[in-house]
Amino acid sequence: MKLKFKKGLTLNIAGSVDASAKPIDVDVDSVAVCPDDYPGFIPKVAVKEGEAVAVGSPLLFDKKHPETKIVSPVTGSVKAIVRGERRKILRVEVDAGTEAGVQPHFDKPSDKASAKRFLAESGLLALMRQRPYDIVPSPEDTVRDIFVTAIDSAPLAFPLAAAGDFLFEKEDYEAGIAVLDIVSEGKVYFCHDMSWTLGALSGAETIEVEGRHPAGNVSVQIAAIKPVDKGDVVWTLDVLTLGRIGRTLRTGVFAAETVVAVTGPEVSEPCLIGAVIGARVAPLLAGRVADKGHSTRVVSGNLLTGTAIDVSDGYLRYPYRQLTVIAEGDDVDEFMGWASLSPSKMSESRSFPGHFLKRLFVPDTRLHGGRRAMIMSGQYESTLPMDILPEYLIKAILSHNIEEMEKLGIYEVAPEDFAAAEYVDTSKLPLQQIVRDGLDYLRKELE
Amino acid sequence: MAKLRKYLDRIKPNFEPGGKLHAFHSVFDGFETFLYTPRTTSALSGTVHIHDSIDSKRTMITVVMALLPCFIFGMYNTGYQHWLALGATEFPFWELMLYGFLTILPRVFVAYLVGLGIEFAFAQAKKEEIQEGFLVTGLLVPMICPAEIPLWMLALAVAFAVVFAKEAFGGTGYNVLNVALVTRAFLFFAYPVQMSGDKVYVASGAPFGFGTPLPDAFSCATPLGQIATQSGPELVLTGVDGRVIDTWQAFLGLIPGSFGETSTLCVLIGAVILLGTGMASWRIILSVFAGGLFTGWIANEFASQVYPGSYLNPLEQLFLGGFAFAAVFMASDPVTAARTTTGKYIYGFMVGVMAVLIRTYNTGYPEGAMLAVLFMNCFAPLIDYCVVHTNMNRRTRRLTSKASRS
Repeated sequence: MKLKFKKGLTLNIAGSVDASAKPIDVDVDSVAVCPDDYPGFIPKVAVKEGEAVAVGSPLLFDKKHPETKIVSPVTGSVKAIVRGERRKILRVEVDAGTEAGVQPHFDKPSDKASAKRFLAESGLLALMRQRPYDIVPSPEDTVRDIFVTAIDSAPLAFPLAAAGDFLFEKEDYEAGIAVLDIVSEGKVYFCHDMSWTLGALSGAETIEVEGRHPAGNVSVQIAAIKPVDKGDVVWTLDVLTLGRIGRTLRTGVFAAETVVAVTGPEVSEPCLIGAVIGARVAPLLAGRVADKGHSTRVVSGNLLTGTAIDVSDGYLRYPYRQLTVIAEGDDVDEFMGWASLSPSKMSESRSFPGHFLKRLFVPDTRLHGGRRAMIMSGQYESTLPMDILPEYLIKAILSHNIEEMEKLGIYEVAPEDFAAAEYVDTSKLPLQQIVRDGLDYLRKELE
Repeated sequence: MAKLRKYLDRIKPNFEPGGKLHAFHSVFDGFETFLYTPRTTSALSGTVHIHDSIDSKRTMITVVMALLPCFIFGMYNTGYQHWLALGATEFPFWELMLYGFLTILPRVFVAYLVGLGIEFAFAQAKKEEIQEGFLVTGLLVPMICPAEIPLWMLALAVAFAVVFAKEAFGGTGYNVLNVALVTRAFLFFAYPVQMSGDKVYVASGAPFGFGTPLPDAFSCATPLGQIATQSGPELVLTGVDGRVIDTWQAFLGLIPGSFGETSTLCVLIGAVILLGTGMASWRIILSVFAGGLFTGWIANEFASQVYPGSYLNPLEQLFLGGFAFAAVFMASDPVTAARTTTGKYIYGFMVGVMAVLIRTYNTGYPEGAMLAVLFMNCFAPLIDYCVVHTNMNRRTRRLTSKASRS
């Protein structure tokens, strides 16, 4: 099967990693996991400060489904449990060391219940997401199908398949598929692009996907393969998580290794770094961010869906595979920028000459305008290759109209699917935040 | 430039809460963001970190740019028609331009002053940023009225439209009806004498003492006006000088009419700018022309003496009056048009159909473009509703078919 998406956008931003790059291993001295990266997961602390932990030892568990864990990516000791307002857990920090806690042991799953228990207990379920709601899956649900994507179509992303090649073998992937196949009532679908070299994976329906961003988003693929209806629950994951499932099963140790693409116009030499989930970013970025005399923003993730972090005090955030550094832009005085004909302005609008040029752009984080009501029509549609009317879905969410949200397909989408629309939006509306709030509202009302 | 920035930074505290000029916060903000791109940066999480360089200011200014060919031609044509009416045989270009410029200048000034004044006041009251929508409306309004529309009428109509058609609904982006057309409709129904007939469409005065005023008795109807009062089987349209207007002249726009909408050529230049930059929907514009041609063709096939407009061939329907202007600049207003892809085709086609239908079969109204667009503005939400519900139904059907299978 082959899928081809016409809608979408390509953002040509300077600072991509060469496709032939090899990861440079960096020693990770400290890691942290942030519950904010796991929507739907209500964190309860499973460890005390100072306690020794092994790779795969649970750090947090879910209040509703205590078997769902977030586990330690390294062996060492719990350094701190950082809390914010109203004692909200911001993150659990673990210093890498030699003192070993108890290594958790997993049995080879044989039936649905044991497979789900394995995924939940091993911390791998937390790395997956479900539709509807784009949250950490619940191990109690009946899973209609499982969708794996080996595509990251976001700006400056390193090909996911190639990153996987550094970490896993085909046997890992197939062992992962075998577990998912037990869990799924239906099929396991596997979507990849041209950069995938391992061929079809046994046990999975393998589909080749072609198209610009957001073609790599699972929602887009699901909508084209077998859309999510009201009442359906499907699980989604990326190919690295798939590899982790297989590797964890084969070795008995939680596979926390990751490959991080350090990208962006402010990075002196974009490169790949071998690290682990949740690694402290200061060592990863040391000497790699060019000092051009203006303020920069470090984003963990890509520029459309990532989270800004503080370099001195920041940790790699979910999905733990990209760092992007761009200029903040809050020190730029641009005289009548709206009238600019400069070819260096990045835009999907044909009113900018840069739109027609084949060049790499150096964007900053400015909105380039004020927030307005929706004026232009058809902008959102042009970036979303799904049978969804994004403008009307957004309006239904804003008006808290649950019936319309359902009918307009809110169960099929995740906030990330609106990222491209948010980028092109003339009115500068925070679409991803609106969708996130809408999903949370819906879940609260219906549960 | 650095000096200007410094000056703005120095006076800025006055406009912030607690400052003595806080009542003018929105106005200051409007000017500041006009002069300098705001430094506002993306949120740290939950949103994108980069935004497209396009904003609402650039969008609106591009539309204004697209209007300029029509506007400049309007200046020339206003002078040209005046000179023709005087019986001149020579047409000095710059004098014609100056005459037209001086005629329209006070109208543009009043439209912007009243409209922006109200917008500023509302923005301030709502503590919002000033919206750019009126930049386009303020230029559109004088272009779709007779060049010599009395200033007080214009001011009243603009005030009515901005308050009741726009701000009452929530401001730019929320209005149901096209604001410029509401202004025109207000004038058309409140002051029919000044907005129609055979006296108003050729500038007769001497603006700021420039030029020679026409004698009071002078009259010349627009081509569509002539059609409306036509009797007899032979349809002959004549210009100010009594000569026959051919299709080419109508296309160029050297005919009497509202200030900026006579030239189909300039409208097409504007359309190229709008569509080239992607600021207007080609689906809408194309469908309006398609609807107009279709209805014009039908009417022409069944031409009858009762409805003299039906003698026009379909192409003339597009070239005369405000049809082309309405198609390109009015129907394509994204806020008041249909917003779904399928809806745009239906909406546009119906605008074209209605415009020709009204002007051909309702002899009470020589021109139908304004009413057609306003009429379809009212129906745009209904069209979208239907399109949205077909999308919803697809999903519901998927669900029910699945339930029946299991």
